[in-house]
Amino acid sequence: MTTKEILTTQDLHLYYGSNEALKGINLSFEEKGITALIGPSGCGKSTYLRTLNRMNDLIPGVTITGTAEFKGEDLYAPNADTVQIRKEIGMVFQQPNPFPFSIYDNVIYGLRIAGERDKEKLDAVVEKSLRQAAVWDEVKDHLHESALALSGGQQQRVCIARVLAVSPEIILLDEPTSALDPVSSSQIEATLLNLRQDYTIIIVTHNLQQASRIADRTAFFMNGELVEVDQTKNIFMNPANKQTEDYISGRFG
Amino acid sequence: MNAKRQNKVAIGTLYGIAGLVVLILLALLGYILVSGVPQLSWHFLTAPAKAFTKGGGVGIQLFNSFYLLILAMLISFPIALGSAIYLYEYAKDNWVTNTVRTAIEILSSLPSVVVGLFGFLFFVVKLNMGFSILSGAFALTFFNLPLLTRSIEDSLRTIDPQQREGGLALGLSRWETITRVILPAAVPSILTGFILSAGRVFGEAAALIYTAGQSAPALNFADWNPFNISSPLNPMRPAETLAVHIWKINSEGIMPDAKAISSGASAVLVIAILLFNLAARYLGKRLYKRLTSA
Ligand SMILES: Nc1ncnc2c1ncn2[C@@H]1O[C@H](COP(=O)(O)OP(=O)(O)OP(=O)(O)O)[C@@H](O)[C@H]1O
Ligand SMILES: [Mg+2]
Repeated sequence: MTTKEILTTQDLHLYYGSNEALKGINLSFEEKGITALIGPSGCGKSTYLRTLNRMNDLIPGVTITGTAEFKGEDLYAPNADTVQIRKEIGMVFQQPNPFPFSIYDNVIYGLRIAGERDKEKLDAVVEKSLRQAAVWDEVKDHLHESALALSGGQQQRVCIARVLAVSPEIILLDEPTSALDPVSSSQIEATLLNLRQDYTIIIVTHNLQQASRIADRTAFFMNGELVEVDQTKNIFMNPANKQTEDYISGRFG
Repeated sequence: MNAKRQNKVAIGTLYGIAGLVVLILLALLGYILVSGVPQLSWHFLTAPAKAFTKGGGVGIQLFNSFYLLILAMLISFPIALGSAIYLYEYAKDNWVTNTVRTAIEILSSLPSVVVGLFGFLFFVVKLNMGFSILSGAFALTFFNLPLLTRSIEDSLRTIDPQQREGGLALGLSRWETITRVILPAAVPSILTGFILSAGRVFGEAAALIYTAGQSAPALNFADWNPFNISSPLNPMRPAETLAVHIWKINSEGIMPDAKAISSGASAVLVIAILLFNLAARYLGKRLYKRLTSA
């Protein structure tokens, strides 16, 4: 697969106050497909993921140096539009966080606020997004009931649908299944495998089997550094780095 | 004493204290209602007060109380909402913010009689607004603003920060996230705070004695032109409220049935405030259900 790079970070450092959480990350992501970020707790996976759509801007005292480019545009340029960036680079969180509104309203929230009023178009987007997120059949008969009444796994897929509805190019997921039961987890995995042809997906996970099942590429982080990145099967079968091998074989972390 | 016994004693004590509080409350309420409710009649609720003879009512005072309440809430709610949103979302953690917060704390612990005297000096005398509904409404705004701001900010804070991240991650601006995600989710609890503070404003006397005044000139309920002096809507007329009326009858009432009128008026006040509280609970729950299940 030779595709072009859509997202690149070079020498990316991030400091929480004086604590350096990312120590110069050089990593690029190709268009489409799934990349998994793995590594021991506290190594900076979430931090890195959140620099990619500028969610770290919300935390006081954060300093970022180096470059992060989306389609050749500097994400951190002074005139960069964070709102636009987050439309193109959507995010799904560890805890399902649907808004306390109906399922339908959750999915179209972004569009409706962007000013879309055409009922037919909104209906179509709701159906398409929920189908893509593989939750349509379960919720199609109660679209107008509260999203909070759904199971955790269904909520999480509604959250994915909510992101899909604003048609991003990249979807960031931070441990999206770690709060879910195994059945819901595998449904989310199936959903992601469905989406990998159309979207660039970057997922943080602690579940190594999950990474090996769904990811095309895998990046291993440790102590704020990128240790190794490669095709997933290489990382798991034949890692170049000793630390990666120790981690994969469960010797630490 | 073993742990189990200790536990029992502690729980027993706490039950005792809680029971005592409830008992005092019930006794007070019971007294007010038992002595006041028999005085209530349609005549009592609508007739004007009489200064020297029996058989006066509290109609004008009741109207004044509601009118002042509405005006005071109309002024204070938008300001409180704005400052709460600012403090919650935009205020940086610096000395300006801290000063504002401290000011709010202090304002909210000012005795209302001080607020009233300030209102007297500033609105009534300095700005030459006289004893008027408007002076009263501004004084009530000062009295109400800090607590209402606090209560709205607290309501915003009870919304899970994940909701905020969810909104932002969807490409909503901060303003959109606040107004379209956080605020709707917080509406039920904001409403509850709003109604509770309305109850407080409704029962307030000290802040009004020297601002809205202690007299209730006769009103012509057929005249709704706010510029006419006898119109109920005229904001520049003096307006004794129900709470002020109770205070006044008790301290200097010379009508023969002063005791009965003050009991009746107290019952009206208490019932109104109870209704506010019940409405707050009921509407808050209803609204939350409506909003969260569309
Ligand atoms: N908001 C914050 N303020 C200060 N330090 C933080 C903050 N968030 C994370 N850190 C620190 O940055 C480092 C990396 O944290 P991060 O959350 O990115 O790790 P992680 O790899 O996602 O871990 P986990 O697997 O447990 O989620 C940690 O040392 C953490 O203590
Ligand atoms: Mg993390």
